[in-house]
Amino acid sequence: MSLDILKEKGVPLDRQVFTWREMAGPPYSKLDDDAFTRVRVILMNGIEAEALRFGHACARMNRELQVPLARVRRVDQHQQTLVNWLNPPDQSPLETTIGFEQVAIEVTAALAQNEPDAYLAAMYRFGLLEDFDHMYRFAALLDRVEGKDANNLLQSYTDVVPGRPTAVEHRFPEHDVRRPYDRTKARPLSKLNAMLLTAAEHMTHDYYMVIGPQFADPVARMLYAEIASIEEQHVTHYESLVDPTESWLEKWVLHEAVEVWAYWSCLGQESNPRVKQIWERFLAYELGQLHLAMDTMRRLDTRDPEELVPATLPDPIKFESQRDFVRTTLTAEVDLRADRTELVPANQEPAESLRYREQLNSEGSPSEIIAAEYRYTPGTELDRAAAPMAH
Amino acid sequence: MKKPTDIGPNRTGIGTSPIDSKRLVEASEELTPFEGVDGEELESERVEWASAAEPVGTMPPPATLKGAAKTAVQLIKGNKPTIFLDKLGERLAFERTGTRLYEALLIKLQAGTPHAGAPTRDDLEQIRDEELRHFAIVRSAIERLGADPTAMTPCADVNGVLAMGLVQVLSDPRTTLTQCLEAMLVAELADNDGWTMLVDLADGLGFDDLTREFRVALQEEETHLARVREWITTAVEGQAGIAPTPPRPEARP
Repeated sequence: MSLDILKEKGVPLDRQVFTWREMAGPPYSKLDDDAFTRVRVILMNGIEAEALRFGHACARMNRELQVPLARVRRVDQHQQTLVNWLNPPDQSPLETTIGFEQVAIEVTAALAQNEPDAYLAAMYRFGLLEDFDHMYRFAALLDRVEGKDANNLLQSYTDVVPGRPTAVEHRFPEHDVRRPYDRTKARPLSKLNAMLLTAAEHMTHDYYMVIGPQFADPVARMLYAEIASIEEQHVTHYESLVDPTESWLEKWVLHEAVEVWAYWSCLGQESNPRVKQIWERFLAYELGQLHLAMDTMRRLDTRDPEELVPATLPDPIKFESQRDFVRTTLTAEVDLRADRTELVPANQEPAESLRYREQLNSEGSPSEIIAAEYRYTPGTELDRAAAPMAH
Repeated sequence: MKKPTDIGPNRTGIGTSPIDSKRLVEASEELTPFEGVDGEELESERVEWASAAEPVGTMPPPATLKGAAKTAVQLIKGNKPTIFLDKLGERLAFERTGTRLYEALLIKLQAGTPHAGAPTRDDLEQIRDEELRHFAIVRSAIERLGADPTAMTPCADVNGVLAMGLVQVLSDPRTTLTQCLEAMLVAELADNDGWTMLVDLADGLGFDDLTREFRVALQEEETHLARVREWITTAVEGQAGIAPTPPRPEARP
């Protein structure tokens, strides 16, 4: 079923209201809900965080947009709260991390397959294999520090094996800057994909930066420091795919379109009835915000926003296991590295990146230390160690 | 309303999706070129950090001249008074948190439908009040020793970290009275050993008044432990539908 976003006006901004009790409502169940409910919650929290981040940056540069953006941001703030507070208190920061990486793997893999632009799709696959490796390292951490099984969270949708080793993901900064799409030529779906992934990675970075120092284990602290650094690279990687010549208003309208598309995608696939109502409500809110942004563009710009956003949204983001695609990509592309805007075989990686990571890893690599000889086993690797003792 | 012991859609186990799980395990075996469990590198890294680490913090200096004098006397005797003060600080913090934990347990009692043999409001209020009184006893002891009872000592801090899980369990609206009693059992076991340690330290250091006061508190803590154990046994055996096990002699209130 498609959604005509030009016809559907949603809920006007002045009727987008909240109470504290709603915002801090009951969480989903870590045990009973589908892993993709957690994936959607983590993704949408990231998208709302980006709405706030962009809204502030835009307001700092545009006097005439400050009031409408302040009004929209207040709603975004409360939307983000309501979504983020769906995460349950029995889900530890490390368990939530497993959820973040599942988002990075499954959503990136889904978008890499729907992406019409071959260059952008290749860049998504490149990022995917790095986050795929993070999952393996964090699963080892969860097992070896807390004695817990990552698959309790992943529910068998996502493999836990090495990807492009985290230790070789550290690149000299200029080799994380990619070539942007051309705003006049790119398909709307390409713009939505790039903005959505930037939002998701930025949230992941910010989350790791907050929770990293809360760990007591020294290797855990180092691992979060290391992977947060890669997430910063990934924000650079994904945001550089977005055309920097888009106007502020253009970016605002596109941000709102991403939110509409993402909530609509969530709504169609949600299995938790209460969470589904939230997606439905917020889809209506985002349609209202999109139309406000479009009206503002009509008022302040000579451009018609309908040139920017398609009347009908692209197909929804698929929230499902992308195991086969990830494996194929892993086999074919794990050895790729980056040389400025292009991907090259490992033996052609620029010397700056090699020197850069040699220095960073010179006192040991946390991602290698935590996962030395680690093989994921259902029930944790202790299950394998304990098996002979039962006889 | 659902109970946590009802059969529901729990999806965490490997058996939830046999086809996907098979592929997960296959991937692990085929794509992870490792065998065995080897934590050697992790172990040596942790040892290196642990060998070089500074402590979480240190003991505050004596709060009063009297405190400084008492410290000097103990030092002359060859004792280390900061050990006793640190353990007192730990108990003080734990009793304070314990009071809050019983307040949270009272909420669970009000919100739920207590089973036969469950604690009553009076039972829990009595324990909560005793925890508060124990806090007052330790507070007074610390002051009498010339130290500052508002300071967080290193053991108090570490115990606070330890109790974070208990607070998380007790304050979660989704946990049941029985699940919370399990958390209280952990608290009471630690509290019993904590008070035993305080009695021994006070006695060994020659603080006779404190020894007497602490013994009374310890007896009350022993009763708390026995009662919590009994409530859990009654609850779990009742839920499982088996005949109640008579209380063990040492667990009798």
